[in-house]
Amino acid sequence: MGALPPGCFLRWNPLAPPPVTSTIPALTVDPAALEPAVRPNALGRFGQFGGQYVPETLIPALAELEAAAAEAWQDPAFTERLNHLLKHYVGRPTPLYEAERLNEHYRRPEGGPRIWLKREDLNHTGAHKINNALGQALLALRMGKKRIIAETGAGQHGVATATVCARFGLECVIYMGAEDMRRQALNVVRMRLLGATVEPVTAGTATLKDATSEAIRDWVTNVETTHYILGSVAGPHPFPMLVRDFHAVIGVETKRQCQEAFGRLPDVLVACVGGGSNAMGLFHPFVQDTSVRLIGVEAAGDGVATGRHAATITEGRVGVLHGAMSLLLQDGDGQVQEAHSISAGLDYPGVGPEHSYFKEIGRAEYGAVTDSEALAALQLVCKLEGIIPALETAHAFAWLDSLCPTLAPGTEVVLNLSGRGDKDVNTVADKLGDQLGR
Amino acid sequence: MSADAISPVAGTATLIKRCFARLKQEGRCALMPFLVAGDPDLATTRASLLALQGAGADLIELGIPYSDPLADGPVIQASAGRALTSGTTPGRVLEMLASLKGELHTPVVLFTYSNPLLSRGMERFCQEAAAAGAAGLVVPDLPLEETAKLSPLAAAQGLDLVLLVAPTTPAERMVRIAAASCGFTYLVSVTGVTGTRTSLEGRVEGLVQQLKAMGPTPVAVGFGIATADQARQVRDWGADGAIVGSALVKVMAAAAAASPQEPAPATATAAAAFCAELRAALDH
Repeated sequence: MGALPPGCFLRWNPLAPPPVTSTIPALTVDPAALEPAVRPNALGRFGQFGGQYVPETLIPALAELEAAAAEAWQDPAFTERLNHLLKHYVGRPTPLYEAERLNEHYRRPEGGPRIWLKREDLNHTGAHKINNALGQALLALRMGKKRIIAETGAGQHGVATATVCARFGLECVIYMGAEDMRRQALNVVRMRLLGATVEPVTAGTATLKDATSEAIRDWVTNVETTHYILGSVAGPHPFPMLVRDFHAVIGVETKRQCQEAFGRLPDVLVACVGGGSNAMGLFHPFVQDTSVRLIGVEAAGDGVATGRHAATITEGRVGVLHGAMSLLLQDGDGQVQEAHSISAGLDYPGVGPEHSYFKEIGRAEYGAVTDSEALAALQLVCKLEGIIPALETAHAFAWLDSLCPTLAPGTEVVLNLSGRGDKDVNTVADKLGDQLGR
Repeated sequence: MSADAISPVAGTATLIKRCFARLKQEGRCALMPFLVAGDPDLATTRASLLALQGAGADLIELGIPYSDPLADGPVIQASAGRALTSGTTPGRVLEMLASLKGELHTPVVLFTYSNPLLSRGMERFCQEAAAAGAAGLVVPDLPLEETAKLSPLAAAQGLDLVLLVAPTTPAERMVRIAAASCGFTYLVSVTGVTGTRTSLEGRVEGLVQQLKAMGPTPVAVGFGIATADQARQVRDWGADGAIVGSALVKVMAAAAAASPQEPAPATATAAAAFCAELRAALDH
């Protein structure tokens, strides 16, 4: 097996001999398709994906938000305040850390890749989510909206939103699936301590999909007083762009840090993808650097073949969910299907429209790993690096097992360590109880 | 030129336009009940459609159940959930509707979210809906900007694509929506999702007047009309139609739950009784 074609779908196959690429695969994407002006275009579309499939009631609010964001980015007072808070409140820049023992683990006789971890887990509140929550809270203040709502899956976006609302004295309501509240009980307590109201959502599958629907219904009802801090690069335009732009600080820092650490661009970027915000934040400043491979890793749950998974890009069909056209897990009649993942943050049947676009034009590659592969990776990272990654992030780590054997020695890989795993220790204990000596 | 060569819709008013034209001559406000197809089963929906026709409905809005109804409150969400549980699909809804040809003369407007429509293929959906006898389409998560593809496909099949206006819609946008909406303009009476309200927002009156001044397209008010008094109020404010959804769905669900073995007759009777009450209020 030779070089992997660009944009090919990589699937973990433990029986296949490890292919080794000596060169970076040349990308054949039309550069015009990567221009910032078409991501999104004036209609809020990334190719066929994106758009604004929402009730009419929300259209003026989306227009207001788009205008407010455009104006804010032009205002030095806004960007200075954001940067000041990112540095002193969030703790940025986060380190780019060389995972020497992981390098060792994947080293072959002739050498191996170098793995760098972008330490978003070291942000205040323990994940990348606060980059966006902080930015949107500042926008809400500019728009004069005093009530904030948000959806959350793993609870990380809910905690980040509750945190910035406390910081700025904003009323905060977090919608969370009842099933996720059970899985992420610690984060529920954190949100409540921070003064947020956590509204359990029991409709449908009682997970992130339903929490998002309920948050949108709240917004439709209270749009005149409320800002919705959507937590992923999903939802109606301008959210996919807005959330990406607030997370792009991840990629901007990474680019600079790579230059400092090894004097050039990285070769491969790897990140987990649920809705896709941490991946998009890392990828965004590299999209036009086509020598850089972009790899998103989805949750295969019990296995893609079982139907119990959250591998939207791998298995989804084009559809509309939560206001955007994107790939979507759905049945033959267009009913949205339940997603399954050990990780609440990846347990979502949709995905951000720009990821669907990258898949379609071949700019990024997407694969999927199972719950058990993610759990194994989580343990490996704990033991080798002394870092407990979030279960979401563990999916990106698990991809290294199939990726690293294909990489030439000296390949520089950056993996987005999107969040810390403290919130997941109960889930992990349930799965690994005996192995942990309980 | 033979009659067969003439398009069935070219040059003729649609079912909905003719309906509103007739009502205008009679000086009446259209009564437009909404129900979810397949709750608790399609036999019940079939019987209820005929019962609503018999009880004085002028147009009927028929909801195709969807897993993630963003614009709907708890009553219609629950109704859609029951319909999906009983195996209702868009295809079966259209089959049921087709089976009523010759019996159901009241124009039916299909209410569907974007994704089931896209999944079936917009062109195929429009063809099948028209073949089943539907008169129009309402897609609550398809604002004006996203209608470019669907509009001509619906028009080609003689289906009126009805657009919605909300209390938050700016006036200049309202003009464009009213101009693009076919059959009637659907005025959402509340800033919010579907569901019963104890009172209607006073600003609805102004919105109705504003919309009517923008052109000849009839204006029907929906979301939040639950009682005969509220229906009469929107008539008095100048609306051409009053859409009653959640309140009717609630009445029907209670009747169906009381007769789980054979829900159709009891549900249809309850639907007819509520519809007749609204009819009397509107004609009073």
